[in-house]
Amino acid sequence: MGPEGMRFVDEYRDREKAQALAANIATLVEPGRRYGLMEICGGHTHTIYKHGIEDYLPEEVQLVHGPGCPVCVIPMGRIDDAIWIAEQDGVTMTSFGDLLRVPGARGSFLDAKARGADIQMVYSPLDSLRIARNNPHRRVVFMAIGFETTTPSTAMTVLRAAAEGLENFSVFCNHVTIIPALQALLASPDLHIDGFIGPGHVSTVIGCEPYRFIAAEHGRPFVVAGFEPLDILQAIQMLLLQLREGRSEVENQYTRVVPWEGNQKALQAIDEVMEPRPTFEWRGLGWIPDSAMRIREKYARFDAERIFDVPATRVADPPACQCGEVLRGTIKPWECKVFGTACTPETPIGTCMVSSEGACAAYYNFGRFTRLRVRQAGSA
Amino acid sequence: MTQRTEQEVLERIERIRRRRPRITDERITLSHGSGGRATHTLIDALFLEAFRNPFLEPLEDQAVFSVGAERLAFTTDSYVVSPLFFPGGDIGDLAVNGTVNDLAVSGARPLYLSAGFILEEGFPIADLRRIVASMAKAAERAGVQIVTGDTKVVQRGKADGCFVNTAGIGVLERPVRLSAAAARPGDAVIVSGPVGDHGITIMLARGELGIESDLRSDTAPLTELICLLLDAAPRTRFIRDATRGGVATICNELALASGVAVVLDEQAIPVRPEVRGASEILGIDPLYVACEGRFVAVVAGDEATVAVGALRSHPEGASAAVIGRIADDPPGLVLVTTGFGGMRIIDMLVGDPLPRIC
Repeated sequence: MGPEGMRFVDEYRDREKAQALAANIATLVEPGRRYGLMEICGGHTHTIYKHGIEDYLPEEVQLVHGPGCPVCVIPMGRIDDAIWIAEQDGVTMTSFGDLLRVPGARGSFLDAKARGADIQMVYSPLDSLRIARNNPHRRVVFMAIGFETTTPSTAMTVLRAAAEGLENFSVFCNHVTIIPALQALLASPDLHIDGFIGPGHVSTVIGCEPYRFIAAEHGRPFVVAGFEPLDILQAIQMLLLQLREGRSEVENQYTRVVPWEGNQKALQAIDEVMEPRPTFEWRGLGWIPDSAMRIREKYARFDAERIFDVPATRVADPPACQCGEVLRGTIKPWECKVFGTACTPETPIGTCMVSSEGACAAYYNFGRFTRLRVRQAGSA
Repeated sequence: MTQRTEQEVLERIERIRRRRPRITDERITLSHGSGGRATHTLIDALFLEAFRNPFLEPLEDQAVFSVGAERLAFTTDSYVVSPLFFPGGDIGDLAVNGTVNDLAVSGARPLYLSAGFILEEGFPIADLRRIVASMAKAAERAGVQIVTGDTKVVQRGKADGCFVNTAGIGVLERPVRLSAAAARPGDAVIVSGPVGDHGITIMLARGELGIESDLRSDTAPLTELICLLLDAAPRTRFIRDATRGGVATICNELALASGVAVVLDEQAIPVRPEVRGASEILGIDPLYVACEGRFVAVVAGDEATVAVGALRSHPEGASAAVIGRIADDPPGLVLVTTGFGGMRIIDMLVGDPLPRIC
């Protein structure tokens, strides 16, 4: 990796450009009006947190962290099922790193590993395929999670396994789709969101067209954004400009990566290998129709759900969990009935508490430090 | 349920936070070994509870006590790195330098080490020979002698090749009393060199990422650098080598023990481009990545410039820098002003930093 690569990234982290954008953003805001802008994608939440982007925004602009963190929305029952598979004879379970600590009702992958299960961290489903190839006596399962960003790589891996005729590789498919989740969110009458920062990586696959209903039918501006801090500030500027001008359109801030029509080859690979499930459970949000993918019959021999007699564990979210309302901006984290009592970062119930960047976890850890107090410490 | 106010909710969380940590896990997981919150809980609730005494209680990396007229420092550490050999060093260097450094950060001059080996049946003698040669060389460089030891062999599959434990003893010849509880507002935070080299080198050496780089582990004895620092800045409050959990974890321990805020300046923290690049790809923060030859020090604000000057006079300290300062509010919190111009809170990790999917 040469220094050129890093300079490329640094261009999108320029402090002076940020200050210019922030000044422009300030002129677009009507004093006293509240602007709730949802960043849908967990990657955006991470960028906002990592670079301190909220410090550039006027008080009127509030960022609401959306349902787009794949490890946060996977329901406990699916984790329990995955652990059950991992504990079967001869199974090697492979998973992305950040899922290892996410708890189901019977603990996390890390806990299962401590009980003796063979669970290995991988960086790509192709790593799982390699493990399967090198260990023909093991039944290697890939714990597939993520939105349309990671779905194509799982699909391509299944196609590769089929081409190689591998018989000891399968996928426990938990891929979810973003549009039904947004539809469910938008269908609620108490949504306090004025505009959306659209998921950049998902959009490289599905393109920008699928978001049109949000602008057209729900009257909310939608800007697909990149993952560097200047990308996000610019997307916020574009959203505020639309709101100021009374427009609601789908715009693409991330044109250097996202083609308007998406990636047809990736979509074809998904369609070849997978089909929508009738319904799927989202942690804290409940059951959402057509919101996840499963392996097609044609590739059944790579489908862990068919190969293993998976118990299909259902762990109901406690009815008091109000993640949906937190996500819709209807209530603040601390107003949730289980916040800080039944639901804590050590024993999270809903999606907002699972990731350290989730709205509830962040509030639990740092709510006592108001932004003002933090800013004063930083500038003292 | 009655309606709770925001203040009531926050106060309740504070009460829970102040409670003594309890172990809720039924088994040891890898998180307990990561140096983050889970490790702290294990130490506080199990080891400290059972062994409690005034030498252990400060939970520094070494105990300091007097024998006759001498003040001695005593420490132990076990080394289980995989792979055993990596660019810039091996488990042998680490086992000597790590223990030497745990003594040196108390202000002590390291003197004698022990070496215990746990070897797996089938482990190549040639590899062991290489490890032992590294240890001898590292000991010579650090000016210590390995004066006692132990060897155990376990059945194949019961250990990962070779584990090494070293203990060390050193003498405090200066009247310093360094402590994580000694930082006060106005002090400066210093790091002795680029952070994260060792941890990223190990990750790349495991070969799972398919990234080639010239990066090398920073494993080195810190004794000479620490002498230079203490000569130049006699009011140094605290030194700790930034091993497991990295600079971020040390700063959190410091903020809690001293009841102060630690405010870091991201742009001032030396990070090599290769380390930054690999961290970007993995979605981890170099501040949490382990070093094996770097320390974080807190010095009086008016001694910061001379302290950094002294460190930079040594080749190992050429990139030493002031990376932040101690403030009074909010106590217990570590903040970083980002290169982008915002701020973020640097929390203690629960377990190992894990690569992010998104």
